[in-house]
Amino acid sequence: MAAASPLVAVRGRVLMRPLGVAAVLAAVFLASFLVGRYPVAPHTVVAILAAKLVPLTPFWPSQAETVVWAIRLPRILAAMAVGAALSASGAAFQGVFRNPMVSPDLLGVAAGAGFGAALGILSGMGGGGVQFCAFGGGLVAVAATYGIGAGDRSGGVLTLVLAGIIVGTVASAGIAFTKYVADPHNTLPAITFWLMGSLASVSLRDLGVAALPMAAGLLPLLGLRWRLNLLTFGDEEARALGVDVIRLRAIVIVAATLMTASAVALAGIIGLVGLIVPHLVRLLVGPDYRVLLPTSTVLGAAFLLVVDDLARVLTAGEVPLGILTSLVGAPVFLILLRNGAKGWTRS
Amino acid sequence: MDTVMIPPLVELDGVTCGYGGRAVLRHVNLIVRGGEVLCLLGPNGIGKTTLFKTMLRLQPPLAGVVKVRGHDVARWPATRLATEMGYVPQAHSPPFPFSVLDVVTMGRAAHLGPFAQPSRRDVDLARAALDDMGVGTLAGRAYTEISGGERQLTLIARALAQQPAVLVMDEPTSNLDFGNQILVLERIRALAADKGMAVVLTTHDPNHALCYADRVACLERSGRLRVGTPAAMVTEDYLRLTYGVATRLVAVDERRRLCLPLGREEGGTSCAVC
Repeated sequence: MAAASPLVAVRGRVLMRPLGVAAVLAAVFLASFLVGRYPVAPHTVVAILAAKLVPLTPFWPSQAETVVWAIRLPRILAAMAVGAALSASGAAFQGVFRNPMVSPDLLGVAAGAGFGAALGILSGMGGGGVQFCAFGGGLVAVAATYGIGAGDRSGGVLTLVLAGIIVGTVASAGIAFTKYVADPHNTLPAITFWLMGSLASVSLRDLGVAALPMAAGLLPLLGLRWRLNLLTFGDEEARALGVDVIRLRAIVIVAATLMTASAVALAGIIGLVGLIVPHLVRLLVGPDYRVLLPTSTVLGAAFLLVVDDLARVLTAGEVPLGILTSLVGAPVFLILLRNGAKGWTRS
Repeated sequence: MDTVMIPPLVELDGVTCGYGGRAVLRHVNLIVRGGEVLCLLGPNGIGKTTLFKTMLRLQPPLAGVVKVRGHDVARWPATRLATEMGYVPQAHSPPFPFSVLDVVTMGRAAHLGPFAQPSRRDVDLARAALDDMGVGTLAGRAYTEISGGERQLTLIARALAQQPAVLVMDEPTSNLDFGNQILVLERIRALAADKGMAVVLTTHDPNHALCYADRVACLERSGRLRVGTPAAMVTEDYLRLTYGVATRLVAVDERRRLCLPLGREEGGTSCAVC
């Protein structure tokens, strides 16, 4: 037993880290209510939030309540939902494609959603319509990728990845074409800004609609997360271990695509989150999806919330979210690489 | 040894196997029984791997039937096949640094429901399998950082945690140093002798077949498969005709013989497809 105790201690310490990440999310969540042009004191935020649960006599101005509930809360929840969805689907994709360099838009979901949104904006739709088009475009793109890839029975994931590149290229060409024919005075800027990503105009209703497919994607992934470990050993080994690989991979791809498409529909194209958050988490808690997937979900929520807070305060206008995730994410990623902490070999 | 009375665990019945409709091996008949080590010999490119994959149902046979305990496995769910047959691939490096214990615990997948996670009992079985292979101390190490021999033993332990009746091993001694080769082969013998498992393995060393196999299945250049005792199958003629190498079989004691290579013969070829 004495020989086993250091191992147990190491495991214990690693298992504390998901709790640490959850604590970080809680702190970032509360701090995010303080960020913005209208000042609200920390204790006021706590009181305003608590007032929904316990009877409190309001000592705050009604504007403060409006800012917290109607303006900041939807945006905070949306940032968390989008970050969680992108990170969880990125983690799942990295397992399915056995590659730590894979992001959730590998199969063309982001480009497809962008094309859908661009078409929606071009045809003069409002916010909800554009979101619907983006969601549909993402699903159609991945369905096309999967349809092409599944035609080759022997190729496994490689054909799927190549099909994803082709479908993504076609969708990007579609985006370029809609920009080309768009009215340069109003439609073109709308498309451009949408593609850069933003949570500025998200309402609770939008979030409620997007939360359904996100949850529908996240729940099966969480349920199947131990089996994702087996997929990383390759098709043949996983099959010999008793896994129905084709069905499991299809479920994971559909679930991750639902999450990514709804995240893109809600917030536009936000790069790098789905790539670096699972990476970071793999460094913190190891490669076991039983811990990796829930921790990625939570850290992804915290990461995008921080970036969105920055987007709100850095300049008087808003910095598009997609730009900031890249500006914040790239240095983080490079530091990780420089330190030799790669996450696919234990440091 | 009278094995005829033991019912066959695995049966290849007139199996033709290959890729994309192109047959590599035709009309293979093979029976594997519990408690025996069956060694598959044959030159590179002759179709050993194809035969293994067909046996493991990783690819469908072009003709014929693969049976386990007398039943055609073609329509079995993946979990049922995995509880009968375990696969030990060549030691490899996966992209992520799972711990050795996590890797071995994955052998329990066939016994768990799709949304289930391994219980304490599954982890205990995985630990026991590691102990069986004599590498229990590796449990907490990263699989990507242990030696090739340790990885091979870990993969065998994973197949043991799967609790199958048959182990199918693809060149379990390749990439291992001399000591680890003997270690792995002795453990394989013990699995057949102590647990009554059937072990089918490929090797490139005729001496492994001579020293550790109960029966040897030889794939000849013609694509024919012949099965018999090691002494009857691993002959100077077979080695000359198949590998183009002149050998002498030397008796070590009353039971054991070793193959000593003398040199390549004129006109011999090492390539099956030339």
